[in-house]
Amino acid sequence: MSEMIPALDWQAIFVAPWTTDFSIYGWIFLMGFLVCAACGLAGNYLILRRMALVGDAISHSVLPGLAIAFLAANAWTNRQASGEGIDLAVEPSGHGISYGFAIFMGALIAGVLTTLMIEIIHTRTRIKQDAAIGITFSTLFAFGVVLISVYADKVDLDADCVLHGEIAFVSIQPFFTIGAYQLAPSPVIRMGCVTFLTLGLMVVFYKELLVSSFDPGLASSMGINATFVHYALMCWLSVIVVSAFEAVGAILVIAMLILPGATASMLTTRFPIVLVLSLLHAAASSVLGLHLAIWLNSSTAGCMVVAGAGIFCVAWVFSPSQGILQNWLKRRRNSKRLTGGEIGTETVGES
Amino acid sequence: MLLSGLEQLNNMLHPSFMVQEKDKIPRIETTPPPANLWTKGLAVEDIPLEIHDLTVAYHHKPVLYGIDLAVPPGKLIGIIGPNGAGKSTLIKAIMGLLPTDSGWVKIFGKNNRKNLKRVGYVPQRESVDWDFPVSVMDVVLMGRYGKLGLFKRPGKEDRDIASACLEKVKMMPYADRQIANLSGGQQQRVFLARALAQESDLYFMDEPFAGVDAATESSIIGLLHELRQKGKTILVVHHDLPTARNYFDMLVLLNMRLVDFGPTEEVFTYEKLQKTYGGRLTILSEVAEAVRQNKG
Repeated sequence: MSEMIPALDWQAIFVAPWTTDFSIYGWIFLMGFLVCAACGLAGNYLILRRMALVGDAISHSVLPGLAIAFLAANAWTNRQASGEGIDLAVEPSGHGISYGFAIFMGALIAGVLTTLMIEIIHTRTRIKQDAAIGITFSTLFAFGVVLISVYADKVDLDADCVLHGEIAFVSIQPFFTIGAYQLAPSPVIRMGCVTFLTLGLMVVFYKELLVSSFDPGLASSMGINATFVHYALMCWLSVIVVSAFEAVGAILVIAMLILPGATASMLTTRFPIVLVLSLLHAAASSVLGLHLAIWLNSSTAGCMVVAGAGIFCVAWVFSPSQGILQNWLKRRRNSKRLTGGEIGTETVGES
Repeated sequence: MLLSGLEQLNNMLHPSFMVQEKDKIPRIETTPPPANLWTKGLAVEDIPLEIHDLTVAYHHKPVLYGIDLAVPPGKLIGIIGPNGAGKSTLIKAIMGLLPTDSGWVKIFGKNNRKNLKRVGYVPQRESVDWDFPVSVMDVVLMGRYGKLGLFKRPGKEDRDIASACLEKVKMMPYADRQIANLSGGQQQRVFLARALAQESDLYFMDEPFAGVDAATESSIIGLLHELRQKGKTILVVHHDLPTARNYFDMLVLLNMRLVDFGPTEEVFTYEKLQKTYGGRLTILSEVAEAVRQNKG
């Protein structure tokens, strides 16, 4: 049994990442935090709109979008007479912008297409939304798998990368430089932009997002186009998902969309505090996940999600309003009061 | 009723949910008054609501058919009709929440979608998720959003107005409560406070009395009368026939088509209600009872 669990070396696991190996793990942590934060913030609205599975759908159907974008970009560069294999993680210098742009557009179109397909199936037929989501994302994901296997020589998308991402390699990526100063690995810069834009959009359009999530009818009556808000949110979700895709893969991005918001909603009933708590959850799950990954020498993104789920469980136990502990205490107090003969002298079961 | 062989076959091939379009429109011999009967002599921009030839269909089945209506200002108006008569649909279509198949709607003389800022809305209570992480105050403040415009946050003035509205519906002590911890009547009063905070000239309320106790119902109706006194126009979807007679100045009788529209004492008659509700016995006896009370 003991050989199955690696030794818990305090120095190597908890101190070294922040001191001697900081140049490696610092970037991994930052990337993890940025991904979790962007996903968590957007995920809050998915949870409130009961569209958690739409995030799931988009993260899967981004795959054919990426594959087609690769093919299109490849065809474009081939015509310009250079024909090397392109790696998703390592952008060939010189074509960086056009590839980045193609991938971005491909993912965006796939995301919007997913939302549209779900909406059309669900409104034009008797099929309910959950089934419509099931049909849409499995179809698109399968289409992506077919495309990648048929054009395997042209689309260099690694199945491993699609599944759980390559966050551990983030610090060996080419750095983004300003003049002679090396700022940060370019994926971190890119994710940073997405995360800050997400935060900015959510602050600026707080009111519109809130009212159209709570009561689309009221929003429309105020001239806030709820349908437009819905599609804008879905577009932005596609942007976040495709940015996070590279780091954490298609499967884990779903957990990162939902866990922070779900944890926060265990602890508070105020929406602004929910947003802040989901950011805290993002930070905590990246730190804990990083240490867990070093200890177990395993997938960093996977460990971050496991840590996030652990935090959710702790929140569930200790939640002041719906926690397991709180409920147990309340029931015990009430039964004591009832059997203690105090019935009738005060109101029982007051919340 | 005897069905011909063809009709029987047709019924077998088309189960009830596939009934043909023409069968879904009740054949009521409607002779509604000319649309402008109650708004004669008013300038177009003073008419709170004008509807011409409005038709709405869900999945190709018409729900509302050729509605013509012009509503005078400063009235409390009930919309009554049987289940599936299109009462909520009418309100949603007026608010521009549903695509319409024909006709137009004007609010104070302008296209409805362009003039929604003058409209306050109380949706059915079940239409929102009451587990939403917002407080009572937050919900009422949402009523101010329409007046704020893009990028702006509700300020002190908006909070004062929201507080005053909560005070009016006697919900101020609950301002900081999460909305999930409210009873049905309290939720309804929060929605009403939110509508008041919108400071509109024309209000639409979808079953504001559904699932509230008698005390809340009478306090809500008091508030509606107060609004009317200020010259506001209020249209209320209402389910209960006996109270409809006492609550409203005017009634819209609706059953996919407009059956009649006029002052309550003129419209609330046995034959008009029978036309609206068709041959449904239980409701008809209720109608008879209500009419008898009306005369007594």
